[in-house]
Amino acid sequence: MIPLSWYLILAAAMFCVGLYGVLARRNAIAILLGIELMLNAVNINVVAFWRYLNPENIAGQAFALIVFAVAAAEVAVGLALIIALYRRRNTIVAEEIDLLKW
Amino acid sequence: MTVMQILFLLIGLVTLAASVMVVSTRNMVRAALYLIVTLFGVAVLYVLLNAGFFAVVQVVIYIGAISILFIFAVMLTRDVTGLQAAAFNRTWLLAAFLALVLFGGLFLALQGWSGFETVPPAFTDDTPTIRDLGLALVSPDGYVIPFEVASVLLVAAMIGAIYVAWGRK
Amino acid sequence: MAFFVDPIGFIIFWLRGLLSGWGLAPGVVEFIMDALGVIAIGSFGLGFTIFLIWVERKISARIQGRIGPNRVGPYGLLQTFADIIKIFTKEHITPRGVDVAVYNLAPVLSVMAVLLLWAVIPLASTVVGTEINVGVLYIVAVGSLGTLAILIAGWSSNNKFALLGAFRTVAQMISYEVPMVLSLLTVTLLARSMSVTQVVAAQDVWFILVSPLAFLIFLVSSQAEMGRAPFDLMEAESELVAGYQTEYSGLKFGMFFVGEFLHSFTVGALVTTLFLGGWRGPGAEQYPILGIFWFFLKSFVIYFITLWLRFSLPRLRIDHILDYNWKYLVPLGLMLVVLTAVLDKWLFMVNPAINPWLRALAQLAMNAGLFLFANFLVETRNRRKPLRQPVGAPRPVARPPEKASITEKAA
Repeated sequence: MIPLSWYLILAAAMFCVGLYGVLARRNAIAILLGIELMLNAVNINVVAFWRYLNPENIAGQAFALIVFAVAAAEVAVGLALIIALYRRRNTIVAEEIDLLKW
Repeated sequence: MTVMQILFLLIGLVTLAASVMVVSTRNMVRAALYLIVTLFGVAVLYVLLNAGFFAVVQVVIYIGAISILFIFAVMLTRDVTGLQAAAFNRTWLLAAFLALVLFGGLFLALQGWSGFETVPPAFTDDTPTIRDLGLALVSPDGYVIPFEVASVLLVAAMIGAIYVAWGRK
Repeated sequence: MAFFVDPIGFIIFWLRGLLSGWGLAPGVVEFIMDALGVIAIGSFGLGFTIFLIWVERKISARIQGRIGPNRVGPYGLLQTFADIIKIFTKEHITPRGVDVAVYNLAPVLSVMAVLLLWAVIPLASTVVGTEINVGVLYIVAVGSLGTLAILIAGWSSNNKFALLGAFRTVAQMISYEVPMVLSLLTVTLLARSMSVTQVVAAQDVWFILVSPLAFLIFLVSSQAEMGRAPFDLMEAESELVAGYQTEYSGLKFGMFFVGEFLHSFTVGALVTTLFLGGWRGPGAEQYPILGIFWFFLKSFVIYFITLWLRFSLPRLRIDHILDYNWKYLVPLGLMLVVLTAVLDKWLFMVNPAINPWLRALAQLAMNAGLFLFANFLVETRNRRKPLRQPVGAPRPVARPPEKASITEKAA
């Protein structure tokens, strides 16, 4: 069987790749893509812990389901904000969205 | 090496490679398509974890809705070719360094943990089914409050998204 | 004798015995059997399409007062083979600037999205591709892959008409997925299970009688999901360029074509499974081969109805399509789900072992009431706000220049 460590390492690697995307990309949509990767990595961990440590406890599954809902909400609002920004300022480069910086 | 392990390595490799492409490719539509590959890989991982329900939910929510939303957003905000002057910050090297440090830290922290090499326990009669999950989500001793909060969050997100993206006339 | 009662089950049993007889490990035998099952269902689906294309062309011809294919083979039965040979020998044109990998992936994905549906449809009591406990959800998930195929086909073609067509299609498909999911939810509530075989097993009374509204919503939304008339805006041949498949030629175009034809029959099969009792019918329990017969009979009836709709209704406008979905089907579906759940729970609390016909009658009455109520709402709205008459300033019309001016210039 597959040991738990494999899932954890894969999830950790995916999380770090996502983090790199969030920190390094300029395009706001690309930053959101990175956040999606991080959320997915977290969800792999949650499901893996549920399966390996305590499959009788339903909390793991319930938690993973809530993460799905939050991810969907986050993407909807995030993309709406980006589209509104694009309409107003004609840019989606994160650095150029600096009206509140003095 | 059993068949399952080889399968896991293949899936993991594809998933990870696709996720690297998501953050490194300049063409945003391509990045979204690579994200779809990653999400598929995660769905297969859920199947390997005996969580078929989550695999299907992953396909419905992430691939059916979220990634299509991403592709739409990319096409609405840029010219379709999507090639921009600079896709990365000036500090991208620092970002890469930070990500690597985090991975190394996580790896070391996990290695010291005793449950690292656990193998999964066999399913018993107590193992929850989808029916149990559904009941737990709506029962007062279960997770009805998180469930309702998530519903409120989704409604709020829907209203907020419509309001924010609404074109002023 | 066993062969004639249940040919497919018999073959499976025989093959499994044969493979085990060769001394293969049980895991390997399972793997081979699964692989063979996938190949069998996949090639059945694709081969069946050859026949479906002929059926559809014949029916469309009859509805339109034509004869249809009648030259190649008896009744034109071999016409499709001639078309296949033609399409195979055509040149594969890859336009400049396309995203080659994605461009080639899209037609495969669009056929795959339809073929995958056959994995969960039980053809008879013993013949089911795979039994998964979230089968109904799986149907939704696979449907969303079709949307994805169209979107990437439109984008990768590097053609603005293909992209616009894909946008229209995706907007329509995503919208109509919502009422479809709601009607599937109603089915799940009635069957108390998401497994497709359980749904069939629960239909002592066909669900079309228990919840005709769910049936209608599912039929309409899957027709829209397929993109066939009256919802065929994506490839309105007489008005637009062909839509997302503009840049595809030869076999790649053929794949989209196959996907579409197979999809329309698959919808018939899905409706049969979810609302018409699947393979159930007289004698189907003892003789599984009769189950296959009933299943295909019912599927072909539904298939014929969808074709009938397709060839007799005019095309709708895109805003009408979306209005109809969001302002009528979705609220109706939501109310249907809530009312079905409440009524079913109440009936269950009154008498857990209620007669299925009594339950069906109660649900049917609720459905009729809901339908009349929805109709009343629409009627009141229409009366209060009469439809705008499209009259206005006369449009500019291209006319030949006046005779006099021509002669003047010539002079």
